[in-house]
Amino acid sequence: MMLKVRFFARLREQLACEVLELPCEPGLNTVAALRSALAARGPEWQHALEDQNLLMAVNQSLAEPATPLSAGDEVAFFPPVTGG
Amino acid sequence: MSADGCQVQVQEAAFNPDQLQCLLPAGGAVVTFTGNVRDVSAAGAVHALQLEHYPGMTERSLQAIAAEATARWSLRAAHILHRVGRIEAGEAIVWVGVCADHRGEAFAACEFIMDALKTRAPFWKKEHGAQDARWVEARDSDISRAERWQLTRTGDTGLGPCG
Repeated sequence: MMLKVRFFARLREQLACEVLELPCEPGLNTVAALRSALAARGPEWQHALEDQNLLMAVNQSLAEPATPLSAGDEVAFFPPVTGG
Repeated sequence: MSADGCQVQVQEAAFNPDQLQCLLPAGGAVVTFTGNVRDVSAAGAVHALQLEHYPGMTERSLQAIAAEATARWSLRAAHILHRVGRIEAGEAIVWVGVCADHRGEAFAACEFIMDALKTRAPFWKKEHGAQDARWVEARDSDISRAERWQLTRTGDTGLGPCG
Protein backbone atom coordinates (compact mmCIF):
# COMPACT_ATOMS: atom_id res chain seq x y z
CA MET A 1 0.00 0.00 0.00
CA MET A 2 1.05 3.55 -0.71
CA LEU A 3 0.71 7.03 0.74
CA LYS A 4 -0.62 9.74 -1.55
CA VAL A 5 0.91 13.16 -0.88
CA ARG A 6 -0.54 16.34 -2.36
CA PHE A 7 0.77 19.92 -2.47
CA PHE A 8 -1.17 23.10 -3.14
CA ALA A 9 -0.76 26.74 -4.16
CA ARG A 10 2.63 28.37 -3.56
CA LEU A 11 4.07 25.15 -2.14
CA ARG A 12 3.03 23.21 -5.27
CA GLU A 13 4.84 25.79 -7.40
CA GLN A 14 7.97 25.82 -5.21
CA LEU A 15 8.26 22.03 -5.40
CA ALA A 16 7.08 21.77 -9.01
CA CYS A 17 5.05 18.84 -7.70
CA GLU A 18 1.32 18.39 -7.37
CA VAL A 19 1.08 14.81 -6.17
CA LEU A 20 3.42 12.00 -5.09
CA GLU A 21 2.83 8.32 -4.39
CA LEU A 22 5.20 6.93 -1.76
CA PRO A 23 5.53 3.42 -0.36
CA CYS A 24 4.24 3.40 3.22
CA GLU A 25 7.47 2.39 4.95
CA PRO A 26 7.50 1.58 8.69
CA GLY A 27 9.19 4.88 9.65
CA LEU A 28 6.53 7.01 7.94
CA ASN A 29 4.07 6.67 10.78
CA THR A 30 3.26 10.34 11.48
CA VAL A 31 2.81 13.51 9.46
CA ALA A 32 6.02 14.89 11.00
CA ALA A 33 7.99 11.80 9.92
CA LEU A 34 6.66 12.13 6.38
CA ARG A 35 7.56 15.82 6.32
CA SER A 36 11.14 15.03 7.37
CA ALA A 37 11.43 12.34 4.70
CA LEU A 38 10.17 14.75 2.03
CA ALA A 39 12.58 17.49 3.19
CA ALA A 40 15.46 15.07 2.58
CA ARG A 41 14.62 14.86 -1.14
CA GLY A 42 16.76 17.93 -1.93
CA PRO A 43 17.49 21.58 -1.11
CA GLU A 44 14.26 22.93 -2.67
CA TRP A 45 12.22 20.44 -0.66
CA GLN A 46 14.05 21.24 2.55
CA HIS A 47 13.64 24.97 2.04
CA ALA A 48 9.94 24.80 1.13
CA LEU A 49 8.98 22.38 3.90
CA GLU A 50 10.77 24.21 6.72
CA ASP A 51 8.09 26.95 6.57
CA GLN A 52 6.50 26.73 10.02
CA ASN A 53 3.23 28.21 8.76
CA LEU A 54 2.43 25.28 6.46
CA LEU A 55 -0.80 23.43 7.20
CA MET A 56 -1.24 19.68 6.93
CA ALA A 57 -4.24 17.47 6.26
CA VAL A 58 -4.75 13.73 6.50
CA ASN A 59 -7.64 12.23 4.54
CA GLN A 60 -8.95 15.75 3.91
CA SER A 61 -9.13 16.85 7.56
CA LEU A 62 -6.65 19.31 9.07
CA ALA A 63 -3.95 17.45 10.99
CA GLU A 64 -1.09 18.00 13.45
CA PRO A 65 2.55 16.85 13.22
CA ALA A 66 1.76 13.93 15.54
CA THR A 67 -1.25 12.73 13.52
CA PRO A 68 -0.61 9.05 12.73
CA LEU A 69 -0.45 7.75 9.16
CA SER A 70 -1.42 4.39 7.74
CA ALA A 71 -1.23 2.80 4.32
CA GLY A 72 -3.69 4.27 1.86
CA ASP A 73 -3.87 7.68 3.57
CA GLU A 74 -3.98 10.89 1.57
CA VAL A 75 -1.75 13.56 3.10
CA ALA A 76 -1.62 17.18 1.98
CA PHE A 77 0.70 20.09 2.72
CA PHE A 78 -0.29 23.66 1.91
CA PRO A 79 0.19 27.32 2.88
CA PRO A 80 -2.26 29.10 5.21
CA VAL A 81 -5.61 29.39 3.44
CA THR A 82 -6.82 32.64 1.86
CA GLY A 83 -10.38 32.06 0.69
CA GLY A 84 -13.45 34.18 1.25
CA MET B 1 -34.06 20.92 11.85
CA SER B 2 -33.95 19.15 8.54
CA ALA B 3 -30.75 17.67 7.22
CA ASP B 4 -30.99 19.81 4.10
CA GLY B 5 -30.73 22.98 6.18
CA CYS B 6 -27.00 23.06 5.34
CA GLN B 7 -26.10 23.53 1.70
CA VAL B 8 -22.62 24.13 0.35
CA GLN B 9 -21.61 24.69 -3.25
CA VAL B 10 -18.21 25.20 -4.89
CA GLN B 11 -18.40 26.35 -8.50
CA GLU B 12 -16.51 28.13 -11.28
CA ALA B 13 -19.54 29.91 -12.69
CA ALA B 14 -20.39 33.47 -11.72
CA PHE B 15 -23.49 33.92 -9.60
CA ASN B 16 -25.94 36.68 -8.76
CA PRO B 17 -26.33 37.11 -4.98
CA ASP B 18 -29.79 38.62 -5.48
CA GLN B 19 -31.06 35.27 -6.72
CA LEU B 20 -29.78 33.26 -3.74
CA GLN B 21 -31.67 34.69 -0.79
CA CYS B 22 -34.99 33.35 -2.07
CA LEU B 23 -33.58 29.81 -1.71
CA LEU B 24 -33.42 30.21 2.07
CA PRO B 25 -36.46 29.09 4.06
CA ALA B 26 -38.75 31.72 5.47
CA GLY B 27 -37.98 32.49 9.10
CA GLY B 28 -37.73 35.15 11.72
CA ALA B 29 -34.28 36.41 10.79
CA VAL B 30 -32.26 36.11 7.59
CA VAL B 31 -28.69 37.43 7.34
CA THR B 32 -26.63 37.19 4.17
CA PHE B 33 -23.04 38.11 3.34
CA THR B 34 -21.54 38.67 -0.11
CA GLY B 35 -17.80 38.98 -0.63
CA ASN B 36 -16.65 40.70 -3.85
CA VAL B 37 -13.20 40.80 -5.45
CA ARG B 38 -11.56 44.18 -4.74
CA ASP B 39 -9.81 45.91 -7.66
CA VAL B 40 -6.82 46.89 -5.53
CA SER B 41 -4.72 45.30 -2.79
CA ALA B 42 -1.66 46.30 -0.76
CA ALA B 43 0.43 44.98 -3.66
CA GLY B 44 -1.29 47.11 -6.33
CA ALA B 45 -4.05 46.91 -8.90
CA VAL B 46 -5.96 43.65 -9.14
CA HIS B 47 -7.58 42.66 -12.43
CA ALA B 48 -8.70 39.20 -11.36
CA LEU B 49 -8.15 36.42 -8.85
CA GLN B 50 -7.30 32.80 -9.57
CA LEU B 51 -8.78 30.62 -6.83
CA GLU B 52 -7.15 27.26 -6.22
CA HIS B 53 -8.77 24.76 -3.86
CA TYR B 54 -8.53 21.18 -2.63
CA PRO B 55 -11.47 19.38 -4.27
CA GLY B 56 -13.16 17.10 -1.79
CA MET B 57 -11.64 18.65 1.31
CA THR B 58 -13.13 22.02 0.37
CA GLU B 59 -16.68 20.68 0.35
CA ARG B 60 -16.11 18.66 3.54
CA SER B 61 -14.70 21.69 5.29
CA LEU B 62 -17.57 23.99 4.28
CA GLN B 63 -20.11 21.34 5.25
CA ALA B 64 -18.49 20.98 8.68
CA ILE B 65 -18.50 24.77 9.19
CA ALA B 66 -22.18 25.05 8.19
CA ALA B 67 -23.04 22.12 10.47
CA GLU B 68 -21.13 23.65 13.38
CA ALA B 69 -22.94 26.98 12.95
CA THR B 70 -26.30 25.24 12.65
CA ALA B 71 -25.74 23.31 15.88
CA ARG B 72 -24.33 26.27 17.80
CA TRP B 73 -27.10 28.76 16.96
CA SER B 74 -30.04 26.43 16.19
CA LEU B 75 -30.27 27.70 12.63
CA ARG B 76 -33.08 26.84 10.25
CA ALA B 77 -30.64 26.99 7.36
CA ALA B 78 -27.02 27.76 6.54
CA HIS B 79 -25.97 28.05 2.89
CA ILE B 80 -22.43 28.67 1.62
CA LEU B 81 -21.46 29.25 -2.01
CA HIS B 82 -17.81 29.83 -3.00
CA ARG B 83 -16.33 30.32 -6.45
CA VAL B 84 -13.06 28.82 -7.72
CA GLY B 85 -11.03 29.39 -10.88
CA ARG B 86 -10.71 32.84 -12.43
CA ILE B 87 -12.82 35.60 -10.88
CA GLU B 88 -12.75 39.14 -12.26
CA ALA B 89 -12.47 42.22 -10.03
CA GLY B 90 -15.92 43.34 -8.94
CA GLU B 91 -17.46 39.88 -9.20
CA ALA B 92 -18.84 38.04 -6.18
CA ILE B 93 -16.54 35.33 -4.82
CA VAL B 94 -18.41 34.05 -1.75
CA TRP B 95 -21.98 34.14 -0.47
CA VAL B 96 -23.30 33.03 2.92
CA GLY B 97 -26.96 33.01 3.92
CA VAL B 98 -28.34 31.94 7.29
CA CYS B 99 -31.83 31.77 8.70
CA ALA B 100 -32.64 31.69 12.43
CA ASP B 101 -35.55 32.55 14.70
CA HIS B 102 -33.96 35.78 15.91
CA ARG B 103 -31.46 38.31 14.56
CA GLY B 104 -28.80 37.75 17.25
CA GLU B 105 -28.27 34.13 16.22
CA ALA B 106 -28.41 34.98 12.52
CA PHE B 107 -25.81 37.78 12.71
CA ALA B 108 -23.47 35.74 14.87
CA ALA B 109 -23.75 32.59 12.77
CA CYS B 110 -23.10 34.41 9.50
CA GLU B 111 -19.99 36.09 10.90
CA PHE B 112 -18.79 32.82 12.44
CA ILE B 113 -19.13 31.03 9.09
CA MET B 114 -17.02 33.64 7.30
CA ASP B 115 -14.37 33.71 10.04
CA ALA B 116 -14.15 29.91 10.04
CA LEU B 117 -14.05 29.74 6.24
CA LYS B 118 -11.20 32.27 6.13
CA THR B 119 -8.98 30.14 8.36
CA ARG B 120 -10.08 26.52 7.74
CA ALA B 121 -11.40 26.04 4.20
CA PRO B 122 -8.65 25.09 1.71
CA PHE B 123 -8.82 27.94 -0.82
CA TRP B 124 -5.83 29.95 -2.04
CA LYS B 125 -6.00 33.27 -3.90
CA LYS B 126 -3.54 34.40 -6.55
CA GLU B 127 -3.89 38.04 -7.58
CA HIS B 128 -3.43 38.96 -11.21
CA GLY B 129 -2.37 42.57 -11.75
CA ALA B 130 -1.48 44.40 -14.97
CA GLN B 131 1.79 42.56 -15.45
CA ASP B 132 2.34 40.06 -12.70
CA ALA B 133 0.62 37.53 -10.48
CA ARG B 134 1.26 36.95 -6.77
CA TRP B 135 -0.08 34.65 -4.08
CA VAL B 136 -2.13 36.41 -1.42
CA GLU B 137 -0.64 36.12 2.08
CA ALA B 138 -2.81 34.96 4.97
CA ARG B 139 -3.58 37.77 7.42
CA ASP B 140 -3.03 37.62 11.17
CA SER B 141 -6.26 39.58 11.61
CA ASP B 142 -8.19 36.67 10.08
CA ILE B 143 -6.65 34.31 12.62
CA SER B 144 -7.52 36.60 15.54
CA ARG B 145 -11.09 37.03 14.28
CA ALA B 146 -11.49 33.26 14.11
CA GLU B 147 -10.01 32.85 17.58
CA ARG B 148 -12.83 34.95 19.03
CA TRP B 149 -15.10 31.98 18.36
CA GLN B 150 -12.61 29.63 20.03
CA LEU B 151 -12.21 27.83 16.75
CA THR B 152 -9.52 25.24 16.45
CA ARG B 153 -8.23 24.34 13.05
CA THR B 154 -8.75 20.67 13.68
CA GLY B 155 -12.13 21.24 15.30
CA ASP B 156 -14.23 20.34 12.26
CA THR B 157 -16.06 17.44 13.82
CA GLY B 158 -18.64 17.05 11.09
CA LEU B 159 -21.00 15.90 13.84
CA GLY B 160 -23.57 18.66 13.52
CA PRO B 161 -27.11 18.07 12.25
CA CYS B 162 -25.89 18.18 8.67
CA GLY B 163 -22.72 16.15 9.23
